[in-house]
Amino acid sequence: MSEDIYREMILDHYRNPRNKGKIEEPDIRINDSNPLCGDEISIDLKVEDEIIKDIKFDGRGCAISQASASMLTEMVSNKPLTTIKEITKDDILENIGLTNLGPARIKCALLSLKVLKLGMVKYYVDKDPSSADEMKDQSKVF
Amino acid sequence: MQALLDVYKIRQDFPILNRKLNDGKRLVYLDNAATTQKPKEVIDSISRYYSEYNSNIHRAVYQIAEEATQEYENTREKIRKFINARYPEEIIFTRNTTESINLVAYTWGNSNIKKGNKVILTEYEHHSNIVPWQTLCHNKGAKVKYLEVDDDGYISLEDLEVLISQKGGGKTKMIALSEMSNVLGTIFPAREIIKLAHEKEIPVLLDGAQSVPHMKTDVQQTDCDFLAFSAHKMLGPTGVGVLYVKKEILEDMKPFILGGDMIKEVHKENTIFNDLPYRFEGGTPNIADVIGFSAAIDYLNRIGMENVREHEHKMTTYLLDKIQNIKSTTIYGPKNAKDRGGLVSFNMEGIHPHDCATILNDYGVAIRSGHHCAQVLMEKLDIVASSRASIYIYNTNEEIDILIEALNHARRIFDI
Ligand SMILES: Cc1ncc(COP(=O)(O)O)c(C=O)c1O
Repeated sequence: MSEDIYREMILDHYRNPRNKGKIEEPDIRINDSNPLCGDEISIDLKVEDEIIKDIKFDGRGCAISQASASMLTEMVSNKPLTTIKEITKDDILENIGLTNLGPARIKCALLSLKVLKLGMVKYYVDKDPSSADEMKDQSKVF
Repeated sequence: MQALLDVYKIRQDFPILNRKLNDGKRLVYLDNAATTQKPKEVIDSISRYYSEYNSNIHRAVYQIAEEATQEYENTREKIRKFINARYPEEIIFTRNTTESINLVAYTWGNSNIKKGNKVILTEYEHHSNIVPWQTLCHNKGAKVKYLEVDDDGYISLEDLEVLISQKGGGKTKMIALSEMSNVLGTIFPAREIIKLAHEKEIPVLLDGAQSVPHMKTDVQQTDCDFLAFSAHKMLGPTGVGVLYVKKEILEDMKPFILGGDMIKEVHKENTIFNDLPYRFEGGTPNIADVIGFSAAIDYLNRIGMENVREHEHKMTTYLLDKIQNIKSTTIYGPKNAKDRGGLVSFNMEGIHPHDCATILNDYGVAIRSGHHCAQVLMEKLDIVASSRASIYIYNTNEEIDILIEALNHARRIFDI
């Protein structure tokens, strides 16, 4: 039932998103959208010594995609950039407390992780173009 | 309540409407603009083809092949009558509206649209009636221009005239527009638009994906040059579309899909193409589903398209009224149900359409949420998505009441 989905935690992050906005002169800026519903997420990162010093997200979309993005920014803030590699689909679904979403809505929940992983890959590939092959699979979420 | 059309009797013809969903709720299907449900007659006629006379058409001389060919060609004739075309050879079977429009862009468009020319579309077009033209014009160095829709979901003929004669804009070679918007619901004045276009010798393609299923179509009356529509949006199976083209235009069109069935003779160095309309139906067509479509047309003819329209008009009036009364709700398109087909798109402030649709699903209510393949219009409306409820002959006011109850529940969950 949808009461199980739209619990207070999700609605709170949806109404009062954490780390929402843009960073001036970010080290990484990346965005993507979900073709199914047009949800958009963009993420800005400030990275120092491979640590995520600042993270902001922006976007338009449903409660699940926006709340999930908000929670994700809290999850990785001040963590090493490489932790992004370790985050799995299940981590996100557990973190937002929605482990039995249908296939269509799972895409909403995972959009921000997809964008974040794309950003990380871009960061490493920009620094070292020869790592492109090795990084190619790192942005996969599904 | 329904004098013209006995909805409760009609409902019994649709097996899916008896289906219970996971939690025992019954299905309230309000996504008819995406695809409609199928009556048992249609399902049975497909199964009858496979179990009684399955064979390839137009070639073999044995009994079942002749039966199949006859059923297939009877469908063509039925469609000719349904849209009041002059000749059966003006009816081409495709896979869907999208393929029908692509056929025109690839063949007629490729031969007729040149560098510097202009194709006029509207801002409310479905992606199927944008992308083929955009790509063609891109390749040719031609331009696509969009006729504006106003805040109430209407277009103006004066604007169209300005767009056609715009200085330096190039010669207009085609006007392609949907007769009914799949988001705004607006029914556009096809006859007037076509009259204006023809005065300036511009051909018009009508995307009839939303209009043909819901109101009487008469291609001789509107005088459109091309008309595209899909069987699956009018009780028929998926995988069958129709392209109507005026015979004098069709005669000069180059074929699209090349290969078997569309030829008369093939030699090592050259090919003589088949007569109309076979020239445009390369390869073995979707025989079973064309035959299924025939049963769908019979069904609609029995009800009468005027009655379909009347039923939808009554229900749309009811639906508009109910949704308007929900607080903080924006409805897109005309306020007057007379100018609309049977769909209403809306947004509730503070609830994304996707969340709305998820909550509605608890009530068994199926509506569409998203951009409805009309992102150019979404940009114009400055939204990323909307919710859309769309009705057909088997929907009832009680179902609208369930929708409204579910929408109010969504508002309670989101506390708005
Ligand atoms: C106005 C309009 N045009 C074109 C289409 C495309 O139809 P199909 O997917 O059957 O090709 C649709 C259906 O969604 C539509 O509503």
